[in-house]
Amino acid sequence: MTETMVQLVDVVLLVLLAITGIAVIRTRNLFVAVMLAGIYSLLSAGLFVVMDAVDVAFTEAAVGAGISTVLMLGTLALVGYKESAPTHKPILPLFVVLVTGGILVYGTAEIPPFGGADNPAHKHVAAHYIHDSEEEIGHIPNVVTSVLGSYRGYDTMGETAVIFTAMVGVLLLLSRGPLPKRIFHAGQWHTVKAGTTREDMVAKFGGDAGPDETVKDGPARTEGGADG
Amino acid sequence: MISFTLFNYWAVIVLMMVGFYTLISRDNLVKKLIGLNIFQTSVIMMYVSIGKITGGTAPILMESGDHGGEVAVDAGHAAVEVLYSNPIPHVLMLTAIVVGVATLALGLSLVVRINEAYGTIEEDEIARKDNAR
Repeated sequence: MTETMVQLVDVVLLVLLAITGIAVIRTRNLFVAVMLAGIYSLLSAGLFVVMDAVDVAFTEAAVGAGISTVLMLGTLALVGYKESAPTHKPILPLFVVLVTGGILVYGTAEIPPFGGADNPAHKHVAAHYIHDSEEEIGHIPNVVTSVLGSYRGYDTMGETAVIFTAMVGVLLLLSRGPLPKRIFHAGQWHTVKAGTTREDMVAKFGGDAGPDETVKDGPARTEGGADG
Repeated sequence: MISFTLFNYWAVIVLMMVGFYTLISRDNLVKKLIGLNIFQTSVIMMYVSIGKITGGTAPILMESGDHGGEVAVDAGHAAVEVLYSNPIPHVLMLTAIVVGVATLALGLSLVVRINEAYGTIEEDEIARKDNAR
């Protein structure tokens, strides 16, 4: 493949990515948005192949286009797929985005040219990894594997710790039962388990209920006032 | 052909801003997370662009494995002549992708939880319910 061809594929993929991104903004159906996000991930995996990052490409295709889409579809099954119409004008976000983008484009003026073999990024340890990893790590042809597993092994261990923390968080969030309720009974608010009715409260505490009882759904607040 | 010295970076910045716009302008929490994902993928593209060398190839060594001790020097020499792209951004971005999906999972479970508590995942409605309480 000649370099011109590579550049052409690169440009086509970037344009397709931009179109997909704008389609994500415009659609109001979340199912469509999730599918477009999957397409976006797959296109970016193609772009990574063009830019020689094959390991990143298959990770993106498996994790970004696969697992992320499954997770989002699972969420949509629980929360529904309708997005309500935007309530405020897009002027302020558009302004913020244009200013930020302008500053970033201004910043690229000092960036070394794309693809230059003499760029500073290639001068430090990268040459050492490519040269010596085969001997130092033990005949592993894929340099990315050597760096990931050995030279930067602590990095990978930290990543595992992050994933473990996130997993613990997800389990804690999703393994709880329904949220507690607040019930107004005998002149004060009680925080009770979900599913408790006022009759249960009367049976439990006896006596007469207050003037007006209310059962509220939603997050129980310990500091909240009694007024509803 | 157009000059490609900076085109890649600019295109990536455009994608980044598309994600950023989705993140700050939409009320729907799932849509916000999709925007965050687009933003994150564009950051990954930025790093991978930095690692690319024109005319280079994926950093997988051409000659490897079965050679003995005395040819190892030769193999090391051959590796100099083939131009490989920089493997370091690839390694860093592998970590970033996996951490990104962990963040996404956590964010989505928060969305599920918020939906159970408020009955909606639109940010303005959540704020309204919070204020009316």
